[in-house]
Amino acid sequence: MKWTKRSLICLEHLSREEIVEVLDTVSSFKEVSHRAIKKVPALRGKTVVNLFFEPSTRTKTSFELAAKRLSADVLSFEVSTSSVSKGETIADTARNIEAMKVDCFIVRHPGSGAPYIIEQAVSSAVINAGDGCHEHPTQALLDLFTMRERFQKIEGLRVALIGDVRHSRVARSNIWGLTKMGAEVTVCGPPTLIPMGIENLGVKVEYSIEKAVKEVDVVYLLRLQKERQQEHFFPAASEYRNLYGFNAMRAAIPSGTFLLMHPGPMNRGIEIRSEVVDLPNSMILPQVTNGIAVRMAVLYLTISQV
Amino acid sequence: MERTILDAEEMTGFIEKLAVESLKEAGSHLAVVGIKKRGAIIANRIAESIRIAGMREVPLGFLDITLYRDDFSRIGPNPVVSGTEISFDLEGRTILLVDDVLYTGRTVRAALDELIDFGRPGLVRLLVLVDRQGRELPIHPDFVGIKAVVASNQYVEVRVKEIDGMDGVVVVERR
Repeated sequence: MKWTKRSLICLEHLSREEIVEVLDTVSSFKEVSHRAIKKVPALRGKTVVNLFFEPSTRTKTSFELAAKRLSADVLSFEVSTSSVSKGETIADTARNIEAMKVDCFIVRHPGSGAPYIIEQAVSSAVINAGDGCHEHPTQALLDLFTMRERFQKIEGLRVALIGDVRHSRVARSNIWGLTKMGAEVTVCGPPTLIPMGIENLGVKVEYSIEKAVKEVDVVYLLRLQKERQQEHFFPAASEYRNLYGFNAMRAAIPSGTFLLMHPGPMNRGIEIRSEVVDLPNSMILPQVTNGIAVRMAVLYLTISQV
Repeated sequence: MERTILDAEEMTGFIEKLAVESLKEAGSHLAVVGIKKRGAIIANRIAESIRIAGMREVPLGFLDITLYRDDFSRIGPNPVVSGTEISFDLEGRTILLVDDVLYTGRTVRAALDELIDFGRPGLVRLLVLVDRQGRELPIHPDFVGIKAVVASNQYVEVRVKEIDGMDGVVVVERR
């Protein structure tokens, strides 16, 4: 199996073999960050553009570090100071930047589908760094890599995705990735935050967190996306915390060992209680570390197809 | 069309001879580093022979030079990246760099660049099982198993049990 795509827009359109190829490539890149000189010349002379239409610290930083460790030049395009605010379309913005001979766009946008529009407009590599409520493919890949690293396999793992599934692109990408890899996925949250028909993606729905976390291998907590919630989906944050927050008592429920994951940034005291953040089975920081290697692999694979 | 230039027994003999030669010159602060894939397997056997002949362990590492190649945009579909493993300090050591075939010298150039990103070795010596003519860079081996003079439409293939099911060196005609 050889990678043949110049873009990574979503996991929905990747085959299981393609996902496995990315995960296999990641291990080699992970080692680079442990060297005395944390840099290899693979993308020397290539220019990577961070095109962020939505605030982000860790994803942007993670992509920037990944590109720099591959010796690429990185340009960050600030949307607040750009011509987009003067009425330019995103396709024109991308074409204009491409005219300066760049090789890759990393796109984050509040609108679902924006990276796809840019991909159609340019011939450079395009990587989706999160679009609206659609997908966040590199986050799901790093989650899959973290799970595979701990369990040596993904097939058969029981994963509970808990929280604001409705607004979560992380949840969607993970559902596509996990089900393709043969994991059993249960989504859990207040009924107002579970989209109707989500069962069609091959997941189970459970409204009680106690039942959802019984006998699981991975508890994956989603951030409550207050910025995307334009109506009231639950009466109060305290009620959400009481019914769906993950705390020490709930952490004690699953038998055996389970991994605790969260894509960050965490709302301590809402979806996750401080007492469980630092448990030994918490993968929250290993996820961040793996994010660099995953993004290095994705940059390398896509840019080599341009 | 292929022609065998070393059979399995001869190949083992050359590897043992090279191990003894390099041990004699390299002294006490030696480490062996193989270039993936087949150079890594030869390196493994060299280290094993040194252990038997020299009665001591030598540190062993492997380089995957994929990320250091100079033909990134010319090779088309990307090659598989398989990872570098250097778990010892290179500082001041004598590094015996091992590859199966030395031809243009570009692989060794990439390997030297990568090696130096891990630290500053005291000495680097190059050991190859087969020295094929056709250098494009000023790189010369220090320890050579055999020299092969072959036409430009032929190539030299080192086969190893671990990957190919059998040992041997053959010259293959390119169609």
